[in-house]
Amino acid sequence: MSTLNTTEPQTRGAGAPTRRGGASGRRTRPIGRPQLYRHLMLIALASMMFYPLAWMLGASFREDGQINDPGVWPGEHFTLDGYVDGWAGVSGVPFLRFILNSLLVSGAIVVANLVACSLTAYAFARIDFAAKKVWFGVMLGTLMLPHHVILIPQYILFRELDWINTYLPFIVPKLLATDAFFVFLLVQFFRAIPRELDEAARIDGCGHVGIFARVVLPLSKPALATTAIFSFIYSWNDFFTPLIYLTDTELYTVPLALRSFIDATSYSAFGALFAMSVISLLPVLGVFIAFQRLLVEGIATSGLKG
Amino acid sequence: MTTTTQRTSSPAARPRGTVGPRSRRRRENLAGYAFMAPWFLGFLGIVGGPVVVSLYLSFTDYSVLGSPEWVGTANYERMLTDDPRFLSALRVTLVYLVVSVPLVQVFALFLASVLNRGIRGLPVYRALFYVPSLIGGSVAIAILWRFVFQGDGLFNGLLGIVGIDTGYSWIGEPATALDTLIVLNVWQFGAAMIIYLAGLKNIPAELYEAATVDGAGTWRKFVSITLPMLSPVILFNVLMNMVAAFQAFNTAYIVSNGTGGPADSTLFYTLYLYQRGFVDFQMGYASALGWVLLIVSAAITALLFALSRRLVHYGDER
Repeated sequence: MSTLNTTEPQTRGAGAPTRRGGASGRRTRPIGRPQLYRHLMLIALASMMFYPLAWMLGASFREDGQINDPGVWPGEHFTLDGYVDGWAGVSGVPFLRFILNSLLVSGAIVVANLVACSLTAYAFARIDFAAKKVWFGVMLGTLMLPHHVILIPQYILFRELDWINTYLPFIVPKLLATDAFFVFLLVQFFRAIPRELDEAARIDGCGHVGIFARVVLPLSKPALATTAIFSFIYSWNDFFTPLIYLTDTELYTVPLALRSFIDATSYSAFGALFAMSVISLLPVLGVFIAFQRLLVEGIATSGLKG
Repeated sequence: MTTTTQRTSSPAARPRGTVGPRSRRRRENLAGYAFMAPWFLGFLGIVGGPVVVSLYLSFTDYSVLGSPEWVGTANYERMLTDDPRFLSALRVTLVYLVVSVPLVQVFALFLASVLNRGIRGLPVYRALFYVPSLIGGSVAIAILWRFVFQGDGLFNGLLGIVGIDTGYSWIGEPATALDTLIVLNVWQFGAAMIIYLAGLKNIPAELYEAATVDGAGTWRKFVSITLPMLSPVILFNVLMNMVAAFQAFNTAYIVSNGTGGPADSTLFYTLYLYQRGFVDFQMGYASALGWVLLIVSAAITALLFALSRRLVHYGDER
């Protein structure tokens, strides 16, 4: 992939027509017919894509028993029962508990990823040590490794360590920089920082620790933010890890709690299930709205998937 | 490594002027391994090590309790000769991959091209189309999908409006259950679209101008300029989407209540591995399944790279 260009303001040019790559150079034309058609098509497509979400939001405020009503607006059937019932939680554990659990795990993962991945990336980007290329290649190789190959030995190891029903199987792997994608993202970014800055710091008496902490990290805020945001979103959505490592309802994270809701919910009482599903999406959507630009640039430059 | 000559940094730039090249080299080695210690330990302990351990386990019978019992190639033989569910799991995942990954590319590339032609509100569209990629893998969306495509779900409700009254459960019938999951994957084309948009911006406008002068039409320009110039990005997206498709799990689990049903039609490979490992506690067999997944995905990746040698155009080769 191309090198990071997050620092170039050019890519942020909000509504400005792009300078390159346009099929032709007509950049200042007013909204004409073709442009209008394209807007109509895009709006139609976006509406189609968002309709199920809007429907779910509406249905979460609707009285039970009208699941196949395609309408979005609950109207006279409006009720908050879904939210009240859902907030009461599963088997005596309130839903707020699951949210706090998820926040705790996701927060710890964000910190762990930031620390471990940036240290590792600094080594690969800035220090000339023996066999660096080999290890870098190995690190890239783990990007393509299907997670399920290492799942069983990891589970056995964590089980031997008595880590079942703790959050350690979530956090320790991140402390050990196993999210190779973030290491790669940060290496790319660190490499783009001019080496002259290192030399200047070295003349001022800085070693690698000083260069890392005072030169590289402060200049890498966009990449670090991207790492933090994606770490949060991935771990917030993670269903598989809690599924295999958590059996104690008190410790459930939100996705696992939602799964229990399905089992506990009678067929007709979808209100609570929908209500809590909507709530579970809010943090991710909130993070997206707050950091939209960073996220979009993050994937554009590094290929990170949502 | 130690015999190679010193790298670019000139001796004059050395701090404090007293350290020789050799001790400098040793210090760099020390610093390098110290900084990457987290990753290195992680690789040995919970990534690379486990790859080897799971290879060993794949030749054993192991139920977590007790110790692994060597059974030779019995797990692999059972897979190939005596386990129809393994074959359907492999088939389901491959169908899912072969259908949805190209569809995602078509949607993503088409919309990226539309957006790249200079349109007002580009950031808004870009953000909107990206949202499904962020939430598509979540349990909440899997739940939504269930309620959209079940017999009395939203989709049939919509069909009812236009007068088509089916009680058909799209998610409950083996013939269409996997299709609903493919739709869900295509719904998340936004991430790939953003990467294509970034790629399109890097194609020099002069190429298009020259082609226009030569009288090339839109389609011709797309085929002769956009596709070749974008081919490295396409390869990248296909690879990434493929890795993700191989590992898809959540939606199939939620939609089928963990069974992979109806009739194993949504039994993703990972779901089957999960069932063997964490429901039946056949850790040896599950490890063998993991290794087959590794081999199949490595083979497909290698095939893709072999194809790309013919099809992918990198700017610097000639």
